[in-house]
Amino acid sequence: MNSDLPPWADFALLPLINLIAALALSGLVILAVGQDPLAALGVLVDGAIGSGEAIGFTLYYATTFMFTGLAVAIPFHAGLFNIGGEGQAMLGGIGVTFVCLALGGWPLWLVLPLALLAAVACGAAWAFIPAWARARRGSHVVITTIMFNFIAASLLTWLLVDVLIAPGQSAPESSGFARSVWLPAMHEMLGALGIAVSATPLNFAFFLALAAGVLVWLFIWHTPWGYEVRVVGHGEAAARYGGIDVERVIIISLCLGGACAGLAAINDVMGAQHRLLLNFTAESGFIGIAVALMGRNHPLGIALAAMLFGALYQGGSELSFEIPTLQREIIIVIEGLVILFCGALENVFRFRLARLLPAAIPALR
Amino acid sequence: MYDAFVLVVSLLAATIRLATPLILTALGGMFCERSGIVDIGLEGKLLGAAFAAGAAAAVTGSPYLGLAAAIIVSIALALVHGYASITHHGNQVVSGMALNILVAGLVTTLAIAWFNQGGNTPQLAAGERFTAVELPFVATLAAIPVIGTIARQLISGQTLPVYLAALAVPLAAVILARTRFGLRLRAVGENPRAVDAAGIAVGRLRYQALICTGILCGIAGADLALAQSAGFFRGMSAGRGYLALAALIFGKWRPAPTLLACLFFAFADVMQTRLQGVVLPGIGAIPVQFIQTLPYILTVLLLAGFVGKARPPKAIGMPYVTRR
Repeated sequence: MNSDLPPWADFALLPLINLIAALALSGLVILAVGQDPLAALGVLVDGAIGSGEAIGFTLYYATTFMFTGLAVAIPFHAGLFNIGGEGQAMLGGIGVTFVCLALGGWPLWLVLPLALLAAVACGAAWAFIPAWARARRGSHVVITTIMFNFIAASLLTWLLVDVLIAPGQSAPESSGFARSVWLPAMHEMLGALGIAVSATPLNFAFFLALAAGVLVWLFIWHTPWGYEVRVVGHGEAAARYGGIDVERVIIISLCLGGACAGLAAINDVMGAQHRLLLNFTAESGFIGIAVALMGRNHPLGIALAAMLFGALYQGGSELSFEIPTLQREIIIVIEGLVILFCGALENVFRFRLARLLPAAIPALR
Repeated sequence: MYDAFVLVVSLLAATIRLATPLILTALGGMFCERSGIVDIGLEGKLLGAAFAAGAAAAVTGSPYLGLAAAIIVSIALALVHGYASITHHGNQVVSGMALNILVAGLVTTLAIAWFNQGGNTPQLAAGERFTAVELPFVATLAAIPVIGTIARQLISGQTLPVYLAALAVPLAAVILARTRFGLRLRAVGENPRAVDAAGIAVGRLRYQALICTGILCGIAGADLALAQSAGFFRGMSAGRGYLALAALIFGKWRPAPTLLACLFFAFADVMQTRLQGVVLPGIGAIPVQFIQTLPYILTVLLLAGFVGKARPPKAIGMPYVTRR
């Protein structure tokens, strides 16, 4: 069956249909618990973009999701499914924390490059072991990255409980970072320019995420290495026949994914919380899967999908205030459904569209 | 000497209790994966089943209806996985992940809305859950020193799901190795085209395998909510579905080694709680987190070929598209 769609349908219409399907099913869940889905949607939208403060929070969450979405997308172009974003982000956070605690009081322009380096190196290192095992020993990267999520969670717990815990504290969290190494918040930066906005956790990392998206776009579509990644994604045997070092490509693409996940910690740890918390990743590694699938693994799509999920996340936290029986968890339902429709059930609407579109639009025939 | 014996028996009894959900879930995963379908959605089935068991038992007051609800929900989730990966040739890993996330959100949402207890189901009274079953012969054996202790603490006094798990292992082994269904199921996981050429419907066979997975994961979920604790609580599965998947891989997709892997992982779990804060001579205190990660580290080492060699079913993860 021919399933080719024109690009606009592939990159805009199909994700939109999948999103609507996911929202419609979530609406049924809301109905099942005796609430009005449209009212809930209203609260969600208002909570996400209804005020300057809401938009700030939405973009703050979106920053993290852009990083974790890229972490899934880069290996995906090489045909690898990186479920390890969660663990790689945790490692990134550990690296950032060590740099920020060791260099407290140093000027930011010196600390930031080192923190970026630590986040990238730790995230990439955590991806390297599954990548190496996949490339050299043929082990399944999905299973190993899942296992590495658990190992990372235990490592983080151990570090926070036994090593990094702030003196005299009972909660497992590190000491706060010195004020000088905090990433500037957006309201401070805009305030310096004379633009007053509400104080939110949105910070300089937002621009870093956009820059990372551009770099990934350049890498995948405008470098020879990116070309090799895409060839491997289309078929390992053909790539090998074409003289591409497939093992190297596997390791590079997964490590770059891990590096992107590690950078998510820059936003959360260095930009917002200014200390290492136990569950600072808050499942953002998994939301990255939904973001990458919905954004069709393209940085622009990922940026848009990340903003959508940022909005859902922020709007979802408002839900519990307005409609007590509905909690933020309804957002996780939507997230799961988006992954289901955009990923696993992708063919359902694709084939239907491929059949319907030429009938509806004569030019496509 | 006798104290050491009693300690060993109590450690083993705890191991069996903790291994039960792992064994059932891993066996469930075995049916699915041996038929050629990757199932990283075991965690979701386990969590969904545990919630269904807790909710149904709380509403009806019957653990058996709770068990039935758990099995129904778990089968339904398995069928969604089948619909995506068999009927629509979707990506099986993505489908499993989606279901895990979906269920995690769904059970919390429903639990909060229906029971209003912060994501838990109400506490169950003794008659509403599975309690220890006293086997009839125990009273007569109790007087015998060693055998009496073993009979009282290990063989008798377990809950219904434990006995179901003990039954499920040989049953699954026989079904897979000795029945026509099992032969076809293993064949379809290795070479679906050959099975198709022999005139057997690949899709239907895989759906049947998924129903087996659903039943077993359903019992495992009921064990968590109705036997190991008195009701469902938030995040109850706590990664056991992934641990069972690790055990399945560690057991190389075969029943007996998988059983041993589950028992070993459960034993590590028991030791982790016992060793908390204990200083071992010459080693010092082992961080609890290290013992917790041991199963995962071992599985990664196995997959990398350092501890034996894992050979998955050949056709695993590949959608089968009929071409005629």
